[in-house]
Amino acid sequence: MSALLEIVSAGAMASIQDLGRPGLRRLGVPRAGALEPGWLRLANALLGNAQDAPAIEFLAGGLSVRALASPVHLAFSGHFSAEVVGAGEPRRVDSWRSLMLAPGETLRCGMPVQCRVGYLALAGIRVPRVLGSASTYARAGLGGLDGRLLAAGARLSVVAYSGGERILRTLRTLPPVEAAPIRVVLGPQDDYFDAPSIEHFLSAAYQVSPAADRMGMRLDGPLLRHRPDKGAEITSDATVPGSIQVPGQGLPIVLLADGQTAGGYPKIATVISADLPRLAVMAPGQRVRFTAISVAAAELAARVREAALRAMIADIGPLAEPGGVDLQAIYVANLVSGVVDARAVDGAVAPIDISLREE
Amino acid sequence: MTFRILNAGDTALTIEFGDRVDRRLLATVAALDEALAQAIGKGGLHGVVETVPTFRSLTVIYDPLLTSRAEIEPAIRAAISSSAGASRRVGRQWQLPVCYGDQIAGCGPDLADLAVACGLPPAEVIRLHASCTYEVYMLGFLPGFAFMGDLPAVLSRPRRSEPRLRVPAGSVATAGTLTAIYPWPSPGGWHLIGACPVPLFSAAWQQAALLLPGDRVSFRAVGEAEYASLVAEQETTRRSPLPPISFLVGGDQTVR
Repeated sequence: MSALLEIVSAGAMASIQDLGRPGLRRLGVPRAGALEPGWLRLANALLGNAQDAPAIEFLAGGLSVRALASPVHLAFSGHFSAEVVGAGEPRRVDSWRSLMLAPGETLRCGMPVQCRVGYLALAGIRVPRVLGSASTYARAGLGGLDGRLLAAGARLSVVAYSGGERILRTLRTLPPVEAAPIRVVLGPQDDYFDAPSIEHFLSAAYQVSPAADRMGMRLDGPLLRHRPDKGAEITSDATVPGSIQVPGQGLPIVLLADGQTAGGYPKIATVISADLPRLAVMAPGQRVRFTAISVAAAELAARVREAALRAMIADIGPLAEPGGVDLQAIYVANLVSGVVDARAVDGAVAPIDISLREE
Repeated sequence: MTFRILNAGDTALTIEFGDRVDRRLLATVAALDEALAQAIGKGGLHGVVETVPTFRSLTVIYDPLLTSRAEIEPAIRAAISSSAGASRRVGRQWQLPVCYGDQIAGCGPDLADLAVACGLPPAEVIRLHASCTYEVYMLGFLPGFAFMGDLPAVLSRPRRSEPRLRVPAGSVATAGTLTAIYPWPSPGGWHLIGACPVPLFSAAWQQAALLLPGDRVSFRAVGEAEYASLVAEQETTRRSPLPPISFLVGGDQTVR
């Protein structure tokens, strides 16, 4: 028997993602998958799901879901709070915890604070895998529900929760909000840029532009100049998530999970895997600086990040008794004063297609 | 063959053999790709996730939690020395229908401009484009997007100065010495000269992509009526477990 969760509003953009479909880049298929895989794994771990189970990823706010005939056990990760609306008084819940949504109750997710991404994981979620993954890659109709982004009215099937009190759980160590520069490894085409441009790239503050989606993120800041003898075009070669392309006009574009697999712009640097999720979840207007490190240091950072994530997962515990200290509430209150109502910001994520270039 | 190993972060490295579209480079890239596949098949290169061949380089993607650049680079260098001179896969031969010009809404709007730029009548551009057999050099950019060459020199023109925000799926296009079919709607800066009604990618097919590197492709001009009847079959073809092999005309006809 299965229970159903209905999408009441998908907000700016919501889709089913898991950890993606590696192995198909030679056919032009991007990995897709969660922009912040650590948060997806945390949300699943809060439910006892497999960490790579699919979940709902939403950009900006406005996601609203309703349990239909049966209770639905879910968990959310990301810096936001939400509201449960049912028969009684609406109640506010903060993220990084699990929750039981009773039949007929609606969960309205608020605007993520100082980021643009949140996750909603569902116990027993059932989404078919396409080419090895449930991740939605809408451009080619892969994954998710019929290859599409989530829209109002869509229904997700979950294994019905049968009897007994489910223990609600929370993170006891919250993921840090880091302000440190985003670490990159220079190359593969850093030799297309003159020394002052590399210097600018590593010293100036860039700003996340509104042109940011799952494919890529445009940055505003100092223009980078290509060496005149090299030019602003290369014969297409492979890109990876984290590749920082610089087209002719000189503003960098960071490719993300859905980014194209090959491109014809010189790539000045690559964001390291430990820091790419932190950049990918940044909201338009947020400032970012870059710093260059070696490949070996970047590999070490990947292991450090994985160890930190595993420690957070190992530290998941039962939700505090009512009346106890609500760490999440204090945490969110420190980030922003007052609750932001996200329902007013539908469409806040501008579509971006400019990072696409074939050759 | 000289090469450089370029940094691509902590999950990838790129072995670059050259900086242009060149059949010799393609053969070298394919040989290395094959050598690495064999090494992986024998249980080597633990932690390598996938390899991505392009016109002129091979990118090796790895998981830094399972291996490291220092661990895999010696094996890759060994494969480079051992793979020199290996031959490329000779693929299947396809003939795909194209409705040239702007007979179909939104498709082929650049045929007339391209003809002017080349100093040829539009009919001659069509005849030349459909008279060649192209080779699939690489896939990339979008699922199933096949970069094919070489275009007759007289048709070679740089990309449009103003890329379009939305190119319809099925658009047949040229840029430089290359031609391609857009499998999905997307932005694009190539010259759009026609429309192809054959799906190029489906998760239902074993290989997912219709065209693979090494395949040969020629085009056959069709009229609106034939185009429309082929469009009507698109969804059935996409759901079928077999790709549309009725367009195969030779070569290795192994069904995938």
